[in-house]
Amino acid sequence: MKLKELESWLQQVDAFEEPKILLEQYPTSPHISACMLYTIQNTFNDIEGKLVADLGCGCGVLSIGAAMLAAGLCVGFDIDNDALDIFRRNAEEFEISNVDLVQCDLASLEAEAYAKKFDTFLWAAITMAKTAVYSLHKTTTREHIQKKANDWGVKMEVIAELRYDLPASYKFHKKKSPLLNLIKGSVERKPFLDEKKHPAVIKLQLFFEKLVSWKIVIPKVVLE
Amino acid sequence: MKLLTHNMLTSHVKGVTKGYPLLIKATEVKVNEVDFNPQFVTRMIPKLEWSALVHAAEELGQRQDLPDELVPEYENNEEFLKKVHRVLLEVEVIEGCLRCPESGREFPISRGIPNMLLNEDEV
Repeated sequence: MKLKELESWLQQVDAFEEPKILLEQYPTSPHISACMLYTIQNTFNDIEGKLVADLGCGCGVLSIGAAMLAAGLCVGFDIDNDALDIFRRNAEEFEISNVDLVQCDLASLEAEAYAKKFDTFLWAAITMAKTAVYSLHKTTTREHIQKKANDWGVKMEVIAELRYDLPASYKFHKKKSPLLNLIKGSVERKPFLDEKKHPAVIKLQLFFEKLVSWKIVIPKVVLE
Repeated sequence: MKLLTHNMLTSHVKGVTKGYPLLIKATEVKVNEVDFNPQFVTRMIPKLEWSALVHAAEELGQRQDLPDELVPEYENNEEFLKKVHRVLLEVEVIEGCLRCPESGREFPISRGIPNMLLNEDEV
């Protein structure tokens, strides 16, 4: 499937009807979702025929995209009933049979147990392909994350700034497109992130070259 | 809820040491068609708790002739892989519940989605 085709399918996926502020629900734009999934598959081959976990799947745009790229099975995890309901509707409408949904609190998931079983993790709109955790965070939460990272013994780098076309869906959002930071965390203690076995750094560079070439990422000076 | 997913779920109720495997009580089960990918099935088999899978399939009346133990050299046995594929991906629990084997706590399944959320006092 070509990138344009994937993107046009994802544009038809229903998003949150009434985003819940307390759960910080943001739909990932079809464009970003398609680019990410396409890169993850074409550069790293981490979707086709793989067991994928979509943590915080929301309405399922990433899971459905992964399913369309022939994931063996993509399991979406989310705490919110309403979002999962929309996800289920989306899956039915697109006749997607290789997804499954679980309602749970991610904070209580036993990361290690799941890490061994799943091949790829999609989390907070970006991936954790066995070795490194990539996540998207707002600029304003960066300090908070750095502190958490220090507490957990996680090495954190701000890799890039991403232009994220988030509509001003919450009344208190004054800026129309907040810059999000792409943060890479490499956990030094947790077993499933073993950089000697999986050259995450090389993967990361390739991943970013792609995103830069598509002009959705502005590379920023790496902090550490 | 597919049985591949079920094979991974555990109960996290406070105090429970082995909340696995979750027992299934199903009131509605569906069998759908899912594209068969032999490589995917072959790769999933070592990640499974095989006996939990067989037991779950049996609880749903969908075991058919799935063996108690894995057959040797299953990678080349398409017939066997198709049986596993069916049980892992095609059989779905739509309504019912999952039960923690240790605490007895029940997690409802509705419209195919298991709800693993715990109350505050159970965390």
